[in-house]
Amino acid sequence: MTADRNLRRSPLHGVRDRLATLSGAITVAEVPFLAQINLRITRRSEPRPGGSTSDGDVDVLWLGPDEFLVVGPPGSEQRLISAYSGPEASVVDVSAQRTALDLDGPGVRELLAFGCSIDLHPRVFAVGDCAQTVLAHTPVVLQRRMSGFRVLVRSSFAAHLAAWILDASPDLTAGH
Amino acid sequence: MMLIPCPWCGPRDESEFHYGGQAGVAYPADPAALSDAEWARYLFFRDNPKGPFRERWSHSAGCRRWFSLVRDTVTNEVLS
Ligand SMILES: [Zn+2]
Repeated sequence: MTADRNLRRSPLHGVRDRLATLSGAITVAEVPFLAQINLRITRRSEPRPGGSTSDGDVDVLWLGPDEFLVVGPPGSEQRLISAYSGPEASVVDVSAQRTALDLDGPGVRELLAFGCSIDLHPRVFAVGDCAQTVLAHTPVVLQRRMSGFRVLVRSSFAAHLAAWILDASPDLTAGH
Repeated sequence: MMLIPCPWCGPRDESEFHYGGQAGVAYPADPAALSDAEWARYLFFRDNPKGPFRERWSHSAGCRRWFSLVRDTVTNEVLS
């Protein structure tokens, strides 16, 4: 039985229009339905702790010394499961656990600093770096990308985080 | 606020961590052989030093790994 994809509603479906009104200091867009695979494997040296690797349309994010999050485009779950399965690996489809928000703009670091205690200056948190941390009291996976940041947030916390972003954004000084 | 150095993630805010109490409390080799008093001593009795204290922490909002560190209970300075 195949689910009708037209009936799918992403966790931030209801606030998509309000997020789209943000412009200037920051831009925010949900990237829904990404394929996400939790990979537990002991002998793997890439990506390094606190980093991520990108290969084509697939990112591998470091979550812990034996734990990684493989992120691919919507619908790529089976391809990723096949690619990473092995005798010493635990491979679990966790795609529904989190949705993604891509944040960009001149005020993006200022916005994140309102709710996140780690230093996100590019000297410390460079392109490719990723961290599991807390943003606006919400556990997130934060990834610095070529343009801006990607925030992976649990589906049930996503509406709270979106509301926090919408609330904090008018206070940004950059880009106005 | 206290910065706690996770061996994997580096310094993070204390709110990302879960405290695990005194480090190096060994599980009894033969728990069934213990008296109630001995079992209670294992479960509930801990050192309470004024000064350096070796303790367990879990980076629960980050890499979710347990580790040990030595903290001065007077100054909160992390010594190792
Ligand atoms: Zn950590």
